[in-house]
Amino acid sequence: MDLNDTPEQAAYREEVRGWLEDHRAQAPPRSGSPEDTEYIDSRRAWQRQLAEAGLAGVTWPEEYGGRGLGPIEQVTVNQEISRAEVPGILDVIGLGMLGPCLIAHGTDEQKSRHLGPMLHGDEVWCQMFSEPAAGSDLAAIQTRARQNDDGTWTLNGQKVWTTNAQFASFGLLLARTDPDVPKHKGLTMFIVPMNAKGVVVRGLRQISGEPEFNEVFFDDVKLEPDTVVGGVGNGWGTALTVLMFERLTIGFGSEGFGSPTRLAETVAADSAARANPEVRERLGHVIAELLAVRFNGYRALTVLARGQIPGPEAGLAKVTLVNAAIGATELGADVVGPDALDTESEWAYLISFLPGLKSAGGTEQILRNTIGERVLGLPPEPRLDKGIPFSELRAKEREAVAG
Amino acid sequence: MNFALSDEQVLLREAARGSLSRFKTIEAAREALEDRSKLPDLWPVAVEAGWPGLLVSEEHGGAGLGAFDAMLVAEECGRVLASVPLLGLLPASAILDAAGDESLSAVANGELRPAYVPARPPGGPEQGWTVEPRSGLARVQAPSVSGDEVSGEVAFVPDAPGAELFVVVGVDSDGAPVAVAVPADASGVDVEEVVRYDATRPLAHVSFTRARGRTLAVGEEVLADAWYLAHALIAAESLGAVQTCLEVSVQYAKERFTFGRAIGSYQAIKHELTEVLRRQENARGLEYYAGWARRAKPEEFPLAASAARSVAGEALDFASRSMINVHGGIGATWEHDAPLFFRRAQLTRRLLGGTHDATDRVAEETLATAV
Repeated sequence: MDLNDTPEQAAYREEVRGWLEDHRAQAPPRSGSPEDTEYIDSRRAWQRQLAEAGLAGVTWPEEYGGRGLGPIEQVTVNQEISRAEVPGILDVIGLGMLGPCLIAHGTDEQKSRHLGPMLHGDEVWCQMFSEPAAGSDLAAIQTRARQNDDGTWTLNGQKVWTTNAQFASFGLLLARTDPDVPKHKGLTMFIVPMNAKGVVVRGLRQISGEPEFNEVFFDDVKLEPDTVVGGVGNGWGTALTVLMFERLTIGFGSEGFGSPTRLAETVAADSAARANPEVRERLGHVIAELLAVRFNGYRALTVLARGQIPGPEAGLAKVTLVNAAIGATELGADVVGPDALDTESEWAYLISFLPGLKSAGGTEQILRNTIGERVLGLPPEPRLDKGIPFSELRAKEREAVAG
Repeated sequence: MNFALSDEQVLLREAARGSLSRFKTIEAAREALEDRSKLPDLWPVAVEAGWPGLLVSEEHGGAGLGAFDAMLVAEECGRVLASVPLLGLLPASAILDAAGDESLSAVANGELRPAYVPARPPGGPEQGWTVEPRSGLARVQAPSVSGDEVSGEVAFVPDAPGAELFVVVGVDSDGAPVAVAVPADASGVDVEEVVRYDATRPLAHVSFTRARGRTLAVGEEVLADAWYLAHALIAAESLGAVQTCLEVSVQYAKERFTFGRAIGSYQAIKHELTEVLRRQENARGLEYYAGWARRAKPEEFPLAASAARSVAGEALDFASRSMINVHGGIGATWEHDAPLFFRRAQLTRRLLGGTHDATDRVAEETLATAV
């Protein structure tokens, strides 16, 4: 076991560190409001600089403007960006999940049109999968795309939890194109221009009062035939590719998550807290869990670097991470007292932010279902939706509710 | 970066599993509750496999391997509740090796079995070096060492019965820690064997009355390291036991039907077993951390080993109770294996300071490095 860089990796790290040292003065602040156009523009410009230096799209193939390197180099870049205290790329979702999906399933025209501007931050992307009535059961989406006689599509429906939609140029959208077949089969993936007529984006305010996410509405939005990604009726498979790339990002570079350093400093600075057995016990627990996530991340990264794909058990790291972060935040705030809930407090933001994170990227319960079935091999719950056309299923649901 | 087992480590683990599979250790764990002579003597297996010399450097006749390798062996012992005296042996051999003691070649080849008589390094609520009391939470000062004579008692010393050499961690008149190698047959040594709930875990209250040994020339850091090494081994052994709890429970959840379907299809059961898996994987990540840290970053070993014990210990508590729950009433019967793992969990969580003390040490180490 060795956590050290190989000579090649060390040379790469030096190169990255050197570039960041030379350019960090030009970097924008690490955080700002998504409503602040000037701030977002500064982050776009910074992403462009990172991309030109090869620090964005590290794992993308060179033919699409990436560096063609492995996951370890990606983590090296993440670590060095964090060390330099500068922001990373603006479009994490595009470069981490949607771009790789286009590379896997897109047409040559789609790749040459979209990947460059995405990589350079000129066009930010958003992911439009979840809906008000389809989260854990993603294949239950109702946003409908109907094909017209001229081959174009007309889109109607609503998406939710859409990060970055306020300033995104394009979205990758999962829609139902055939309701008369079982639900996983009638889906198709589309590229939606966010400035198209009939697309409306509304901020969705969270517990904190800040609009962290958006709702996106589609009212007779016209889509060209060449916006289909991965073929009509193949949307579920295309979506799984995106979710697989999402899984790859969980647990990596999460070392600062849960603010273990701030928590330790807060407890250490308070002599009563420091000596309090209950505080110590809670501190010991959250730190141990956060350490487990960190070192399991190295294990997963080793698997990845060998060309294997981490299995669904990576979802367990997310469960541990979010719960440990909640435990850490609760403890930090308990030590500080009511002032921790002041809007200006560093703890208040996390206190408000973390409850929603439990459901992000799959609720804890759905992750436990998936892991129980795929990793432990336990039998699935009986399903009432198998083999039934989606339209019929919806009718049954309405009947059941009317009861 | 490479955070995975080497080919040699995979072989070491498989060889350990193979050697132990020749004995019905779990069955023996049950029989031994009523008749301790039913425990198979696994010492010849350990000697044949070279485990006594695992941590002894090559120049002293050992294999010169690391804590991680030792933990892999301990994990295999834990999987099948094998009664192999690694917890007494390995930390003792590490101290003897650091001292370059004369006994090393006999220790490495298994002719002389040492047992570590542990003392807890200062920290948290305890200022000095302390040892286990016979009862209660108040810890006792480590045995006092004057010249080459040791006096004092240490309760619940793992693997002390039958050991031939005690590696005692005591304190001198200034309270500074010192190690003394005391032959078990030296005058003034008394070993009172005790069995508590888990017959696979030999324990004894060991007392020394001006017992004479040889002072070992080692620094304080070696004695602290031995304490954390013991924690790392307990963690690994617990992790092994968790795996069996999970495997057996999952198998049963696939085969047992209620209301027309396998109980493992119910979320209540599925989520509980997934929780065992989550804790198991966290314990595994920390096993790697502890094994890596002892060699590559020794200043983090106290944190790593304590975190490993805390998480693995609680994982075993959870997994063994879960194993009983999933099996229903039958899981709480004498004939079932679940109670044997439960017994292992119940005793282990109360040895060497207890799981809760390891959790407190994680806090202590974290606070010590916080600005």
